[in-house]
Amino acid sequence: MPKKIVTGNYAAAYGAMRARVKTVAAYPITPQTFIVEHISEFINNGEMECAYMEVESEHTAMSACVSASAAGVRTFTATSSQGLALMHEILPIASGLRLPVVMAVVNRAIAAPINIWVEHNDIMPERDSGWLQVFCDNNQEVHDMVLQAFRIAEDKRVALPMTVGLDAFILSHTVEPVDLCDQEAADKFIPKYAPPSPILDTADPRGIGVFVPPEYMMEVRWNTDKAMRDAPKVIEEVNAAFARQFGRNHGGMIDPYMVDDAEAVLVTMGTVSSTAHEVVDELRAQGKKVGLVKLRFWRPYPTEQMRKIAQKVRAVGVFDRAVSYGVAGPSFIEFRNAAYGLSVPTMNFIGGLGGRDVSSPDVRFMYERLLEAAKTGKARREVTWLGTRGVEQ
Amino acid sequence: MKLKEMPDEELFTRGHTACAGCGAAIAVRNLMKVMGKDTIVVNPACCLLIFGATYPLASWKVPFHHVAFENTAACAAGISRALRIEGNDHTVVVGIAGDGGTADIGLQALSGCAERNEDIIYVMYDNEAYMNTGIQRSGSTPFGAWTTTTPVGRVKAGKQDFKKDVPQIMMAHNVPYVATASVGHIQDFINKFEKAKKMKGFRYIQVFTPCPTGWRHDTAKTIEVCKLAVDTGMWTLYESENGKVTINRKPKGTPVSEYLKLQGRFRHMKEADIQKLQDWVNKKWQADERYAQCKSQ
Repeated sequence: MPKKIVTGNYAAAYGAMRARVKTVAAYPITPQTFIVEHISEFINNGEMECAYMEVESEHTAMSACVSASAAGVRTFTATSSQGLALMHEILPIASGLRLPVVMAVVNRAIAAPINIWVEHNDIMPERDSGWLQVFCDNNQEVHDMVLQAFRIAEDKRVALPMTVGLDAFILSHTVEPVDLCDQEAADKFIPKYAPPSPILDTADPRGIGVFVPPEYMMEVRWNTDKAMRDAPKVIEEVNAAFARQFGRNHGGMIDPYMVDDAEAVLVTMGTVSSTAHEVVDELRAQGKKVGLVKLRFWRPYPTEQMRKIAQKVRAVGVFDRAVSYGVAGPSFIEFRNAAYGLSVPTMNFIGGLGGRDVSSPDVRFMYERLLEAAKTGKARREVTWLGTRGVEQ
Repeated sequence: MKLKEMPDEELFTRGHTACAGCGAAIAVRNLMKVMGKDTIVVNPACCLLIFGATYPLASWKVPFHHVAFENTAACAAGISRALRIEGNDHTVVVGIAGDGGTADIGLQALSGCAERNEDIIYVMYDNEAYMNTGIQRSGSTPFGAWTTTTPVGRVKAGKQDFKKDVPQIMMAHNVPYVATASVGHIQDFINKFEKAKKMKGFRYIQVFTPCPTGWRHDTAKTIEVCKLAVDTGMWTLYESENGKVTINRKPKGTPVSEYLKLQGRFRHMKEADIQKLQDWVNKKWQADERYAQCKSQ
């Protein structure tokens, strides 16, 4: 199909339509709202056969998705920020019941202060919710990852819910050319829905969400942990299958660029990756050995892959569009776990909070600091707040 | 269906761990006989969740589902929509929640489902407090009642506020069916669940289910407490079918004190407070009767 010029929100909604989702529970929140609006248009125009629940809160949206999934259909919803926070209680129930609900999360700052622009602080409290979490860098990736999400989440080896993250406004409201797949291609890629976990079936009655005493709880937790640990294999398989069919390879768990011979590497999530990609080309042209790791999956985290990278470079910087107050950026904390015991200097750059622009000069600054650390063997500062008034750089 | 025609097969079987005399267990056992095998049950965190099944044991012979506390209606609606979009128009989806999970924390999701006329039956088993967590006051607890959060102290004794009228709230949503029932009036109970089962769209039934443990009454007197609740007017049996309201049984005018004296939770009440409750009951009955007259067509 020829490419169409669409927003990230349209790309996400379109992906859900092509995945033949059967239940969507929708509640508006900026900047996600257009996703559920587009889905209602697809349904009302007869392009999509799907139950559409215009619910009264995100809490009900997630509850309805969990139960519709337990009833044996493919489900999808979308949210942002405060809406995600309101869903918080139900997210570990989706994973605990091993239900492959897929959700687009348009990452937006969490209040206070109230702010509607991009930040990753909304999804960080969901880190331990048992959801697979991927971050996207462009609208094509949003479209492709919504399609991939169903195949990954519904794989019997995984059977866990998944979020597809897209940066507020930078992707959600910005148009880009996107190759939108046709139904035939989508059907070829995503199998007909087969629930990976037991469902509510009157012909085979069972309890979904039974009260479990201590005698059995550890095993339930272990099985979920194991599924998350097994997920990277499935993620890589699905990425490879997608690349074979559609000719686009976004990388599986991570997407490294110019890392093999790099001295200084920057780790990014979301749309800052594109900016960093450009800066790497520019610095490489100047003979500087820099590389980029686009961290795609936040959960499961590619611990081993990140450790291998940390072992062969001379400095690693982690850019965080979020902060764990009093400590550092969450992605940095995670990376330090992966690099535990290694002597490589590591630096954390916190920036772009509440939609503050992160442009090429910011990325150049980060690489300069990293090249300096690569040379001296020491990080000048552990945590740097980029371009923040009153804060020393 | 007459009581004696009720099927012998139990879909909520013996072996559950409810207290002796539990009104909720009586309600669930009997409503499941009316609902039949082609039913999916949703249950929030409440007594029923615990006494109905604790892994690996279960009393349910139908699929049952628990997600959280405040979302029984939302979850039942999710199941219903999923079944209907897949072409299943026959399976009945029943949410069964307590008064805390309905009148308090679950009210928002309940209201949303009612407004959207989701095709579910929502049952509130009203034992007038958070019994599962140990007898705390809910919006459905009656005036004067002792609970562990409305203790009998030197300054205050018992609940200071009056019971929230959830059936009225549900009727204000203009849903196909709203009814109040009681486990002490079993034929009326059967009639209402049968009627609800035959209808489509959102149906709400609030069942009066005494809790001997929390109400501090003899476990053998659950049915007697129900009968006195209706005879005194503390609980009115009525139904609203597509907006037409019928009172099923008029109170006999028995003094409220007759109802109160069976239950330890009211033992501390002074004459003045009993009179206050009697006045509230009188007004409530008048209001119910007037409402039924207005909505008799």
